[in-house]
Amino acid sequence: MIDLKNVSKEYPKRGHALRDVSLHVAKSEFVFLTGHSGSGKSTTMRLIHMADRPTAGEVRVAAYSSERISDRELWKVRRRVGFVFQDFRLLPGRTALENVAFALEVTGTKRSEILPRSQKLLGQVGLSAKSGALVHELSGGEQQRVAIARALANDPYVLLADEPTGNLDDRATRGIMDLFWDINARGMAVVMATHDMGLIGRYGHARVLELDDGRLVYDSAATAAAGD
Amino acid sequence: MYAIREALAAFRRTPLLTGLSAAMVGLALLVVGLFGLAAHNLDLALASIEERVEVVAYLRDDVRQNEIDLALQEISSLEQVRSVRYISKRDALERARADLPDFGALFSDLAVNPLPQSLEIELRPGARDPAMVDRVAEAAMAYPFVEDARYGREWVDRLFTLRRVGAGATAVLGGAFALVAALIIATALRIAIFARRDEIYVMRLVGARNGFIRRPFLVEGAMAGLLGGLIAWGLTYAAYRSVYASLFEIAWIPDPWVLAGIGGGVLFGILSSALAVRRHLREI
Repeated sequence: MIDLKNVSKEYPKRGHALRDVSLHVAKSEFVFLTGHSGSGKSTTMRLIHMADRPTAGEVRVAAYSSERISDRELWKVRRRVGFVFQDFRLLPGRTALENVAFALEVTGTKRSEILPRSQKLLGQVGLSAKSGALVHELSGGEQQRVAIARALANDPYVLLADEPTGNLDDRATRGIMDLFWDINARGMAVVMATHDMGLIGRYGHARVLELDDGRLVYDSAATAAAGD
Repeated sequence: MYAIREALAAFRRTPLLTGLSAAMVGLALLVVGLFGLAAHNLDLALASIEERVEVVAYLRDDVRQNEIDLALQEISSLEQVRSVRYISKRDALERARADLPDFGALFSDLAVNPLPQSLEIELRPGARDPAMVDRVAEAAMAYPFVEDARYGREWVDRLFTLRRVGAGATAVLGGAFALVAALIIATALRIAIFARRDEIYVMRLVGARNGFIRRPFLVEGAMAGLLGGLIAWGLTYAAYRSVYASLFEIAWIPDPWVLAGIGGGVLFGILSSALAVRRHLREI
């Protein structure tokens, strides 16, 4: 589903962000991507979202390859890859419902379907009661739920989450993690970047990939396979 | 349809910002409008002076009527000539009496009319520059019974130098004003779009197509241009009315200029928005 083949990424000023990384994430897998800050987690996420192109190697998401897709067609990948961030990136001045509806509206959903689908999505993240609240009236955890509902709007294959609990307290973090597992249980792959090893420890059954200085240095799935 | 709805919604959501950018477009175009008003009136003034450029051919007293008729006909048929008027000695005297009433007694006491008969040759518009006028005067001088043909050469030369300088200044200043207006419009729309870069970011994030993202902004640019154009038109008209009422009579800008100004505002609004959006589309 997601394939990175010998991927390297070099930025003009920063130098190497990723060096020869190969990995595969299957449908309905839950993956933690960890490492120190600057280890290449965000770069990996950006490459999967095709916000950046690899300097060498190939990134594949379902049928789309970084080698063949044109800039004009990137929207196709974006609809298949949901993305949530540490800072939520919601539109201020709009309600929770409007933020979700916006994603449907700008991707060409029929007008008559936008409202019911937005409400359903907010229901899935447990925010039905707050659909009319403006973004600044919501707590951090609630804002992240709105962002997740928005990321799910176009029914993606995979949900990418870049430090999604970085700004949240313990309680809210648990709520968001439960939600991710819930989403994953319904068959959607989740790739979550975090440097919070304590958090990863709580979910020992998930696959863990560790990056260090742009190299993939640990893959729990490979280790398990080797141990078998 | 979505584009128009979204552009209108943007006006509603951020009335201050969009209003401000329309006002900036309006003020930028007002400068162009006022300049157009001044340039147009300067042009009209010079044109009305130019209207008076004519060649007067003074005839000898002994010329026969049939010779005058022939000259009238021949000169009329020159391509530079609009009309030729014959002024008899009597006409000349009467005109002198009317034009110079102080000398009325002098003219009425004359036993012999000293004023010559003449042909007043009026020229076509576009045929009033020194070279053309000279050619007509030469043609008139070619008749043996024409004593002299005058047109105030120095005066015509000066008028045409003035017109050339006027046209040059209009082009340079007009171009500069238009450029300044263009920069102001581009900046205003860039600010308006910068304020909405979050929206563009989210649209890209969730997979909206570029054309889809761009369209409402183009419509918004067009609307800001149109609104600004109408503001500029209204203010320029107000300036025209107040000058007309309190200072002196001036002419209003020709309608095609007004339409070109507003149309230019709309086109430039679209273009500026397209450029400003393009920058943000590359960000993610």
